[in-house]
Amino acid sequence: MRISVQQEEFDLGAEANTFAAGDDANGAIVTFTGVVRDLASGDLDVMEIEHYPGMTERALTKIAEEAQQRWSLGDVLVIHRHGRLAPGDRIMMVATAARHRKDAFEAAEYLMDYLKSRAPFWKKEITTSGAEWVAAKDEDEDALTRW
Amino acid sequence: MDVLYFAWVRERIGLPKERIETEAATVSDLVAELSAREDRYAAAFADLSALRVALDQELSDFDASLVGVREVAFFPPMTGG
Repeated sequence: MRISVQQEEFDLGAEANTFAAGDDANGAIVTFTGVVRDLASGDLDVMEIEHYPGMTERALTKIAEEAQQRWSLGDVLVIHRHGRLAPGDRIMMVATAARHRKDAFEAAEYLMDYLKSRAPFWKKEITTSGAEWVAAKDEDEDALTRW
Repeated sequence: MDVLYFAWVRERIGLPKERIETEAATVSDLVAELSAREDRYAAAFADLSALRVALDQELSDFDASLVGVREVAFFPPMTGG
C-alpha cells in the first residue's frame, strides 16, 4: 500500500506502470484520476486545496486498510495533491490491484466515495470575481450508505 | 490543548491554530466557551450542523468527552477527491 499526500504533480503514466508491474498474481488493475474541472462559466483561475497534515495521512491509510479488508486486493495506491491547482491539473489518483476485476473496480469506487467525505481536504474555487469554498454535496454523503 | 481550524472556519476565526487552557468537559462545552469569548467565534460556531470535529486527528462528534484529548480540530464537511 502506498499513500502520498503531496503538493507536486504526479506522472499518471509512470505511477500506473510502476503500480501495475508490482505482482503477476494481479490480473486486474483499476486506476481512477480526478482532474480540476473548470466552472460552467469557464472562469476558474485556481482551485486551492487545503488539508489537515497528519490527519489526512491517517484517514487515507484507514480508508485503504478498510478496502483491503473488504476486498481481495494485491495492492492499493492513493495519491492526493494539495495547494494551488489550475483547471485541467490532476488532483488525485487511486489504483487498485486484484486477482479479478470485480474486487479492483469495487474497491476503487469505495476508496473514492470515502475519500470524498472522510479525508480532511477542502477545496476553494478562485475566480476573477472572488473566492468560494466548495460545499460538500449530500449525494457524496449518501454514497457511503451503499457500502 | 491545541485547537485547529480549517477552511472557512479558519478564515472566520482568523487563525489556523491556538493553544487553549480549558476545563471544558465535552466538545460542546468548548464550543460554548469559545463562542462566549468573541463574536468571530460565535459566528464560526453558529450552525454546528455545518461543522465537523476531530479529536486527536480522528473524526468525532460534539457530545464527545475532551478527557485526555490533546488536539481538537473544527472544519466544514470535507470535499476531497
